[in-house]
Amino acid sequence: MPVTHYDCYHSGMSDASKDRRRHGRLASRDVAKGHPVPGSARLCPAAEVPGRAGTPDGAERPSPAAPERPASPRERLIGGMGVGVGLAAAAFVLAITFGAMVRAQGWGIAAPLVCSAIVFSGSAQFALASALSGGGVVPAVTAAGLINARFLPMGVSVAASLRGGRLRRAIEGQAVVDGSWAAAHLGEGRFDRERLIGATVVQWPAWVAGTAVGVFFAPPARIAEMLGLDLVFPAFFLVLLMDELRTSAKARLAAGVGGAIAAALMWVVPAGLALIGSTMAALIGLRGRSGTVER
Amino acid sequence: MTLWVAIIAVAVVSLTIKAAGPGVLGERQLPAWTQDVIALLAPALLAALVVVDVVGPRWTSLDWPVLGGLATVAGVRLLKAPMLLAILAGVIATALLRLAIG
Repeated sequence: MPVTHYDCYHSGMSDASKDRRRHGRLASRDVAKGHPVPGSARLCPAAEVPGRAGTPDGAERPSPAAPERPASPRERLIGGMGVGVGLAAAAFVLAITFGAMVRAQGWGIAAPLVCSAIVFSGSAQFALASALSGGGVVPAVTAAGLINARFLPMGVSVAASLRGGRLRRAIEGQAVVDGSWAAAHLGEGRFDRERLIGATVVQWPAWVAGTAVGVFFAPPARIAEMLGLDLVFPAFFLVLLMDELRTSAKARLAAGVGGAIAAALMWVVPAGLALIGSTMAALIGLRGRSGTVER
Repeated sequence: MTLWVAIIAVAVVSLTIKAAGPGVLGERQLPAWTQDVIALLAPALLAALVVVDVVGPRWTSLDWPVLGGLATVAGVRLLKAPMLLAILAGVIATALLRLAIG
């Protein structure tokens, strides 16, 4: 389901991987092809981490023969923040559209800001906005919650890399957002805790700030439509969907069935219920569980 | 009031979901069948979200410029463009189509 992973669903795993390569620290290889991450249909390219993974940009590199010093937690945290800057930039822009669109839907000023601050999930927030505009609270919350259900297996996957007791691990688990999760993946189920946290701490303020910009400078609804801004929500979902469709034949089948169910239900029920009904397509996952990942 | 209830509820649900893995399950893995179902929630819901946004209640919101914009988004994305660039291209295409149609 990370689908965008961007929780920020918005910044996207592939972008995170690009950033990682751009920083020149990691030698990437696509282990995801052979090792699907539990619950994550949109798999990220994982990476191997050489001895100096996380070395700050510009630092003097040792000669190939010299023994390599493992990056310190602080260096890995800074490295994660460096990756997070790129993710944050994308999140900022997308948050502007979120703020502008929900302001046009009558959310006011405070609600979008609080929503971005405490939900911090582009996919869930966009789903909430879409479902609320056409249905009640329960269907809207259910739809947003189901969209974020991917964080359950993602959280399980990072659990062993976190520290402390149950409470501390649960708190550290809040750092799991799509781009950061992808950036912190070391390959074969291992994660860099500091990199995960570092990448997330710079995305949160960008997401909230972008929402504020969108809320305060939102154009009138008529102007927004004239400018084509009403396309942003479905376009955002479409891009994420395209990433999902690449993962497996089952994902494509589930998308087709889910879309068809929603299209049919939109004739008779509000949007929120149509979204919930579409999740029945996920039960396809119970059929013949071997050989689904083909990428 | 409804809006605030929804926002807080979504926040609680999201926080709980993120906390559940590290805090409760620890290093244990979910049963494989649940992973398979969860993995397919995303494509099913995303397709439904696109449909719901495009067609609207009783299919009253179907708008050809929006369909053209979405086709543009898909085409640009297939050319490996970044997400934001693809969305921007779709927005521009939608605006131009509306301008052309009047």
